[in-house]
Amino acid sequence: MKTALAVTAPGLNATIQDLGRPGYQSVGVTVGGALDPIMLRLANWLAGNGAGEGALEMRFSGPAFEVRGGSAHLALAGEGADIEMLPPYEGRHPAYRSFALQAGQRFRVVLKGGGPCYLAVEGGFEISAVLGSVSTLAACGFGGFHGRALLMGDVLPLRRSAPANGSFALRAPNFAQPEFIRVILGPQQGHFTADGLNTFLGESFTISHLSDRMGLRLEGPLVRHAKSFDLISDGNPHGAIQVPGSGKPIILMADRGTTGGYPKIATVISADLAPLGRLPPGEKLRFKAVTHEEAVAALRAQDALLASLKAAIAPYRDAKEELARALMEENIISGVADASA
Amino acid sequence: MLEPAASAPIWPRFLPCGDTALSVELGEEVNRAVSAKVVRLHRLLRQQPLDGVVETLPTFRSLLVQFDPRRTEPAILQDALTAIIAGMADAPLPSRRWTIPVCYAPELAPDIAEVAGLCGMSQAQVVECQSSAVYYVYMLGFLPGYGYMGDVPEALRLPRRRDPRTRVPAGSLAIATAFACIYTFDSPGGWHILGRTPLTFFDVGAPEPALLSPGDEVRFEPIPLEQFEALRGVRGGPQSRHNGTGR
Repeated sequence: MKTALAVTAPGLNATIQDLGRPGYQSVGVTVGGALDPIMLRLANWLAGNGAGEGALEMRFSGPAFEVRGGSAHLALAGEGADIEMLPPYEGRHPAYRSFALQAGQRFRVVLKGGGPCYLAVEGGFEISAVLGSVSTLAACGFGGFHGRALLMGDVLPLRRSAPANGSFALRAPNFAQPEFIRVILGPQQGHFTADGLNTFLGESFTISHLSDRMGLRLEGPLVRHAKSFDLISDGNPHGAIQVPGSGKPIILMADRGTTGGYPKIATVISADLAPLGRLPPGEKLRFKAVTHEEAVAALRAQDALLASLKAAIAPYRDAKEELARALMEENIISGVADASA
Repeated sequence: MLEPAASAPIWPRFLPCGDTALSVELGEEVNRAVSAKVVRLHRLLRQQPLDGVVETLPTFRSLLVQFDPRRTEPAILQDALTAIIAGMADAPLPSRRWTIPVCYAPELAPDIAEVAGLCGMSQAQVVECQSSAVYYVYMLGFLPGYGYMGDVPEALRLPRRRDPRTRVPAGSLAIATAFACIYTFDSPGGWHILGRTPLTFFDVGAPEPALLSPGDEVRFEPIPLEQFEALRGVRGGPQSRHNGTGR
């Protein structure tokens, strides 16, 4: 029987995401994809997958599942996240260490950090790509699992019914919260007053609770326009910071519209998009303008960090764990017997 | 980067959009000549991609050129793009012309009475006026497959509704300012709804998911409600692609 994860509690807006859907922006389809592509990659590598396999993106409140059919090999990546086994099973599985579960086992994802966390399964979820990606674009109802967040009762089929890999582990990486979010000014910094630019670069802003996968809305001092705030619409790159008439900046994130007509004062550098995606509502941030060369150096440093994290992922064996797993497997047998009685 | 003198704008103008994109502006205004340059550059870069360019996104007067900064750099792209633009033909853009059936029946056109009132026309005159123009697809945006089609005849130009709707049904034909659009998904929207097309404008299963492309020409053909029902959900294709249908 096919292995599947049955949703016994949906959590909050848990969606399947991969590295996005490039290539269709000219027809209005945004790139989308994981808010934190670094964590997505880590989860996938730990599960024995390629970097860009679709995984569950979860934030603030995690879902709960029951394994059905066969066995599964799972990996969780994200700050402050772990897996709690649900009765009659016991124990926890930390993030950054993959683990196997058997049919009948139930667990929930516990999220304590503010950033998105990713649950990857070895071989990936059996979900058809839409326009080359399994990323969920909820606003349009396509991609991922039926184009939407998980609901109670959903059954997510896995491509692989019996895992081929043993566990992998990585020492929990410590992604320090950045002191600044680095930006390159433009394309429309000329539409702001000198005071507006000083406010933008000198003051701190707070991420509003109205933020979502489309954009981070910022509360704080108002960023004043010098000219009209209604422009001829142009393209919205990931990380563009638009300032509508209210003077409150919005950072355009994964599910942004492809085009927009508000002046964009600056654009977050690509190396800071993942750290930015990790910042939760209520968090404060400050911007710092950098040059293109500095941005590219930061991107290369991030590439090197990712390569070193990938290289540090190693098979995991632990005598206690092995014993615990053996005991758990016995539990399953009695659990299955109970269920069919 | 050189700042063009305000009195004599020099096109193209390159604007940085972070470390992975450049906005290439090709004119000051929204018009078909500027748009044709944008679309032409977009098509050229699709046929012969520049090293390091990953995707281009055409908008009214600019092309967003997205690149991998590990593989190229803005100065190299600017030089290459400047040369390509200088060598671009000025001839009209080869483009497709679509005839889109639209039913303007009141049950599918919640704003037609109000628009008629605001423009001092009868409802029949609104239909006649709106469907007599040949529209041009400047760009796609807002929703997948959603084209900004201009230009709405002067007599029908209205600002957006003060009270946007939370849900406009997919297929709705709507107008605001100089533009007409077809809502490709059920979505919130603030434009004036004049009718609905039975055709599907965006199909994720199709090799070319969007019916419209920037640079296409479109005209609208009024159809009665029975025909709307009969055509419902038909994917726009050769059947909606007429070449000079006598209208």
